[in-house]
This record gives sequence, structure tokens and C-alpha cells, in this order.
Amino acid sequence: MSADRSKPPAGGADYTVDELLAHSLAIEAEAEERYTMLAEQMEVHNNDEVAKLFRRLAEIEGKHVAKVQALSGDTPIPHIAPWDLRWQGQSSPEAPEFDDLHYLMTPHHALELALQGECYAAEFFADIAASASDATVRQMAEELAQEEREHVALVEKWLARYPKPDRNWADDQDPPGQE
Amino acid sequence: MSVDTEGTTAALAARDYKSSVKPVWCPGCGDFSVLSALTKALAEMQLPPEQVAVISGIGCSSRIPAYLNTYGFHGVHGRALPLGVGLKVARPELTVLVSGGDGDGFSIGGNHFLHACRRNVDITYIVMDNQVYGMTKGQASPTTAPDWSLSKLTPEGPGINPFYPLVIALASGANFIARASTSDPNGTARMLVEAIRHPGFSFVQILSPCVTFQPEQRDWKKLVRPAPVAATSDPAKAARRLMTDDNLFVGILYQGSREPFQPRLENRLEHPTELEEQFAV
Repeated sequence: MSADRSKPPAGGADYTVDELLAHSLAIEAEAEERYTMLAEQMEVHNNDEVAKLFRRLAEIEGKHVAKVQALSGDTPIPHIAPWDLRWQGQSSPEAPEFDDLHYLMTPHHALELALQGECYAAEFFADIAASASDATVRQMAEELAQEEREHVALVEKWLARYPKPDRNWADDQDPPGQE
Repeated sequence: MSVDTEGTTAALAARDYKSSVKPVWCPGCGDFSVLSALTKALAEMQLPPEQVAVISGIGCSSRIPAYLNTYGFHGVHGRALPLGVGLKVARPELTVLVSGGDGDGFSIGGNHFLHACRRNVDITYIVMDNQVYGMTKGQASPTTAPDWSLSKLTPEGPGINPFYPLVIALASGANFIARASTSDPNGTARMLVEAIRHPGFSFVQILSPCVTFQPEQRDWKKLVRPAPVAATSDPAKAARRLMTDDNLFVGILYQGSREPFQPRLENRLEHPTELEEQFAV
């Protein structure tokens, strides 16, 4: 995990409205796509419970995409190339990283990943709100941060249903080892 | 692909380049990041999927054509490059990408790699390097460290120096040489765009961890770092830089200006039956 991936760029957090919308759309779209890919991985590896959770998370992120699009009204959101998006670290704040997965992971692990992503996204938008010079950007970023905080609370509620698994959760009686 | 209400084609997004086939790679595999980077790169270039062909050999990473919504060909082990070169020579209007792993590309297909670099046809070769044969359950590959002893076939390690793909690519005449890491899918997407746009044979080595047979490669993301110097068009400078390369620098090493090889196409066949006639006995 990149330690600073939740942060806007050092010394350059003053986004315009267009930039904020483009970043939030990229963040939500990436999260939707990533959760879909993670769900597919779990489906292929017959981990149905976790697959369903990832599908549900992808669905929620899809609604966030629609919400960001609604925020922009009739004005099209400008496109920014993925490598020109501005945040610290190499990954989008909200999407879990590909290598955070394990084929035997449990719903607890999946929700921990989701919680981390939601917390990072909340911090990202809160940091923008705190440093924005434009009042509209400040208000919009605060609204987005609040939305993410609500998701943090939702995921925490779900997580309470799945206690931390036994420390041997990754033990496999038939591991994919060498013959 | 989405179409707007007025019937014009809307911009293609990364997801439009993904097929509906679910990848069978191990969860956590670096190749997922390459798939993401590649679809982002194609979307940024807005290449029509039917104008792109992805050719592969055999191995975990060679499954990638199935996961893309472009044309694809899952070929014979080690023979992806001749297939890709042949396709590009015959259909120069296509964007031809060749993909695979370190075993497929540098061992079984090693000789093809040398001559594809030398021939300099305008294709892009993407090697997902995890320093192991993963599909056959973890044997040492040409890029495995000499002391890697986790395979029962090489209990004391392969004991021989690894193959250095960037060195070989430069010495053999590749026109664009770069290294990327799956820890940075957006940076990798940018590098792929540059590689595809650059005329001639472009080679991109992507450090892509095998979490099953080389789990310590998860640490690559903490170790990789941007190359301290910008790309050069001087092969002598690039060679000097490679002398101090520890295989963990990422970035574009070399962008040459050699004219791509593209023979003139004459007497093209109007129909495949004409070809059959030539071979009729």
C-alpha cells in the first residue's frame, strides 16, 4: 500500500471546480472498475461470499459515479489522462490495490480493504476542502468528503458482522505449491 | 462502447477494451495491473478495438488477449513475436501488440526476441516479467536470480546469471526500450502509450509479481524507483546507464530513430482462395 495515496499533491492541492470533478469521477470510476475486477477474481476462485461483497461494493461505487456526474449538472466533466491525475502515491485513493488480494480471503478482509479505501477517499476530499481557495471547490469537496464519511460508517457497520478470522485463515491443505 | 442519443460514437473508456472473459490469474497477480494499464492506454489513444491485435505465446501472462475486446491470437509457446511481425508486415494499418512472459519471450522465444529487435518492425512487445514459470508451478526462468532455490528442479538455485532483457534489446537494435512496474498502473499506461506511438520495435519490460511462486516480489513496489535520468536517443549513453542498472529503475531508457522495417506490399491477394490455388497439388 502506498502510504500517502490519500493525499492531494504536496503544495498543489488547489484544484479548480473542473479538476475536482474530474478527479472525483476518476476516483469513483476506478473504484467501481476495481471492485468488479476483484469480484471476478473471487468468482473464478470459488470464493462466492467475498465475490458478492465486492459486487455490492462495485454497485455502490457505480452510484457514486452517477452522483459525481449529477454534481456537474449539464457541464461535461473534463477528461484528465490517468497519469496526469494529481495525488500523492501511485494509486487512486479509493480503489484497493491489486496485490491486496488472497484467494482464501474472508469477508472481514474484503471489508477491511473497503474501509481503508473509503477512509483514504474521505481524507483526500477533506484535505482539498481544507486548502481550497475557491468557495465552490471548498463546498463541493466538503460534500464529497461527507459522502465518503457516510460510507466509512456503513462499511464499519458491515465489518462489525464479520469478526477477525483465525490467524491461520490462509492455510491451504492443497496449496498451489511445487510438485 | 456507448453511443449517444444522436447516434454518434461516444468516447471509448478503458472498460470498453475489456472482454467479458474473467481472468484466471491468481488473486494478487501483477498481470491484473497490466491489463488495467493496457486498457487505459488504448482508451487514451482512442484506438478502435477492431484496429488493434494482441498476439501472445504461452504462459499466465499470455492469456491476456482473451481478456481484451480487441483482435487477439493465443499462439504457440515462444512464437508470439514472429506471429506479430508477420501480421504487422501484412496488415501495416493495424496496431499490433505482442505480449507474454519472461519464459516465453526470453527462453523459448529468445532467438525471436533478438531478431525482432534487429528487424525493427513497428510493433510493441510487452513482457510481464515475474522471473518464474508460473503456469507450470514455479520453475526458474531466464530472469530468475541465480540463488533462487524454491523450485525442486533447482534446489540450490539455477546458479547462472540471469538474462538482462534491456541490455539484449539495446544491443539487438530495439527502437524504444522501457521498464515499468505493476505498482504504478497509471505510469505504466503512459509508458505503453509512448511505446505504441514510437515508430519501430518497442520493448516494455513490466515487473509483474508472481504472488504464488515468488511471493517476496510483493516488495517490488517498495523497491522500484524512477530512473534518475531522462530517456536518451544515444545508444552509447543508454548502454552506460545499463551498466549501473539494478533492474529496479523504471522509465524510458532509449528512444531511437531507426526507420522501421516495412516491406512494400505488392500483388496482394484479393481472396484467400488465391493463396490456396498457389499451393494446390
